[in-house]
Amino acid sequence: MNYVKLTLLGCVTLIAALGANWAHDLSYQVHAFLIMLVSAYLFLQVLRQTDEVASPAAPMDEYSDGVIRAGVIATAFWGIAGFLVGTFIAFQLAFPVLNFEWAQPFANFGRLRPLHTSAVIFAFGGNALICTSFYVVQRTSGVRLWGGKTAWFVFWGYQLFIVLAATGYLLGSTQSKEYAEPEWYVDIWLTIVWLAYLAVFLGTIVRRREKHIYVANWFYLAFIITVAMLHVVNNLSIPVSFWGSKSVQVFAGVQDAMTQWWYGHNAVGFFLTAGFLGMMYYFVPKQAERPVYSYKLSIIHFWALIFLYIWAGPHHLHYTALPDWAATLGMVFSIVLWMPSWGGMINGLMTLQGAWDKLRTDPIMRMFVLSLGFYGMSTFEGPMMSIRAVNSLSHYTDWTIGHVHSGALGWNGMITFACLYFLTPRLWGQKEMHSMRAISWHFWLATLGIVLYASSMWVSGIMEGLMWREVDDQGFLVNAFADTVSAKFPMYVVRGLGGVMFLSGALIMVWNIWMTIRAGKPVTTATPARYAVAAE
Amino acid sequence: MTKNVTENKPVKGKNIDETTGVETTGHSWDGITELNNPLPRWWLWTLYACIVWAVGYTIFYPAWPMISGATSGTLGWSTRGAVAQDIADHEAKNAQLVADLVAADLPTLAPGDPLHRYAVARGGAVFRANCSQCHGSGAAGALGYPNLLDDDWLWGGDVASIAMTIDHGIRNDTDPDARWSQMPAFGDILSKPEIASLVTYVISLSATVEDRAQAAEGAVLFSENCAACHSDDATGNRDMGAPNLTDAIWLYGGDTASLTQTITQARFGVMPAWGQRLSDVDVDAVAVYVHSLGGGEQAPE
Repeated sequence: MNYVKLTLLGCVTLIAALGANWAHDLSYQVHAFLIMLVSAYLFLQVLRQTDEVASPAAPMDEYSDGVIRAGVIATAFWGIAGFLVGTFIAFQLAFPVLNFEWAQPFANFGRLRPLHTSAVIFAFGGNALICTSFYVVQRTSGVRLWGGKTAWFVFWGYQLFIVLAATGYLLGSTQSKEYAEPEWYVDIWLTIVWLAYLAVFLGTIVRRREKHIYVANWFYLAFIITVAMLHVVNNLSIPVSFWGSKSVQVFAGVQDAMTQWWYGHNAVGFFLTAGFLGMMYYFVPKQAERPVYSYKLSIIHFWALIFLYIWAGPHHLHYTALPDWAATLGMVFSIVLWMPSWGGMINGLMTLQGAWDKLRTDPIMRMFVLSLGFYGMSTFEGPMMSIRAVNSLSHYTDWTIGHVHSGALGWNGMITFACLYFLTPRLWGQKEMHSMRAISWHFWLATLGIVLYASSMWVSGIMEGLMWREVDDQGFLVNAFADTVSAKFPMYVVRGLGGVMFLSGALIMVWNIWMTIRAGKPVTTATPARYAVAAE
Repeated sequence: MTKNVTENKPVKGKNIDETTGVETTGHSWDGITELNNPLPRWWLWTLYACIVWAVGYTIFYPAWPMISGATSGTLGWSTRGAVAQDIADHEAKNAQLVADLVAADLPTLAPGDPLHRYAVARGGAVFRANCSQCHGSGAAGALGYPNLLDDDWLWGGDVASIAMTIDHGIRNDTDPDARWSQMPAFGDILSKPEIASLVTYVISLSATVEDRAQAAEGAVLFSENCAACHSDDATGNRDMGAPNLTDAIWLYGGDTASLTQTITQARFGVMPAWGQRLSDVDVDAVAVYVHSLGGGEQAPE
């Protein structure tokens, strides 16, 4: 096995070295060099272990938690990186002088913006999903992760993907598809990592000791499978050269736009909704110590959500070259999606039946509840904005940005923070987080930050939408585009301040996690199998 | 009735959650159980209502793809049809005014005249969409882009001249009738000290300078090299788009460094021929709008 690995790593190192030499562009060159270093390092590691006595395999009756600990740290790290860039570009919009001359072209808004979106969605959100899914699937299946070290391959492979994507944006390589900017070779790498992720997750479910698959795992599995499909289809492209980063999309024109928003909307639907509902279905009942409200509701809303979400993408293309019929279907599917989305909120909130008093005492519970509140709000706002008439006002305005962030900061951000607060003490053998007061501070800073963010963007978005369409009594447009830009300035400053508050809260969390980890040490947890054996 | 009774009655072997009195499904994952609550009625009925509405909407509006094309909806509505209707309504409402404007002799349009008001409103809208990118949404201009609010005109400020400028543009290579002139780059002709003297002289035309001897040297150079276009008294020549240098209004800056650069390298401001992009009535409307901003002049006799 080691010889196969050595051959493979050797070949990769060699090809990467050739790539670094023959690269057509800077981005490709830097990436080839990076890949060369990584594979050369791994080559040496494997070489040193070859023909040595194999170290004993990890006991099968213990949960595999090391990779989850790494995931907790990675989630916090990328969160800070993503929020920092986001806050900075928010101020770049308010004060364009922050697009510093000396930092051109690397740090202009155009390159930092995908860095921000990818860092928060895929690096922060993705790491949160991978690490919680590994935690949840083990606990609810009662077995160790399948595949031995494959989980570590998934973790480090995913981090490599993030680094390649992020540096690529800064160095100017992009295929210009929103939320799918990385170029072809980065896409291929992510596909490999993602299939390994699917294998680990599915392998663990297959050998579960519980008779039924827990609802959280349905959502996680739907997320993993659908994201794999979306990623592959939307990134179908032909490289211009094997030695360069540029590629040409297989689809063209309105077909390309439709594929892109089929992907883009389902990145929201399956990455930021289905995956995070998986988190919700495990951590909320755990933290509340109450049963899930309704099994029936979880089945019905799961299948309804999965079936409906995939058709809703065309509502991103109202009033474009997309034919009306496709836009109509996207819109009506979005409306029908309203209740299935809310099923998750109801099941989460009603799980607190008999545990509402925890809101007074438990800041982590408060975060879960707030995240469900924002989930409910943005899954109402979304269908509303998909209505053609509403969209004609909201589209291309900051309202969309406000909508996305009330979902992303409120739902995805808050639930992830709460999960990190749940996981950290358990994974490092502590009774609770280092400081519960700090969690309260984080809660309030983040909440106020979201409120500032969302409300300023609603005001700004609706204002600019109305200004764009404002006509005088003879039917002529009243405002120039630049008038709307200058009118938005105060709201942009408020939005930036909201970002500062959200970031400050996250920094407090990082300090809190750090202090908790320092006080504790990694602990191993036994699977139920060990108790079963002991009882015999 | 009987069904309800059996459901509510605790049955031996069933798991009842004590807090709510609701039965659980009996499964447990890592300590998590699930209540067997029914679907909330309001949730279910709202879902049904959404589905009914969705089906109804797809009957009225274009929706279902067929083998060739798609259903067009019973209302016959389409996004393109709706916008075409909006434009048609707008044009029908203003048809008489447009016809009048096309027929009108622009210089005779008086402020207060409904046709003048219409032309200003229409021209303003066209200006904000097409011209504001360079001249500013308030038409106050920017470095290299003339301010259109003042009475300092390069190529003439009566409405016909403005319309001519808009129609054909300036120094573009797409319209053979574009207004055209080219200042030589005097860096190839004069020495640096000579250019410095010239700069001092040009500044002295609208401000006080300390080195009057240098300005006097510049005056000689000016009459030899510049007066042909900018005229002897430096008040410019609109036939050649040569700016008035005595009015303290500067297109590219009036400080020593900017003027040195202007004289050394020359400037070559370009404006597109909008007649190739806009309709005739829009060109006229913009001309009336710009003329009305404050600096518009009467047509020369």
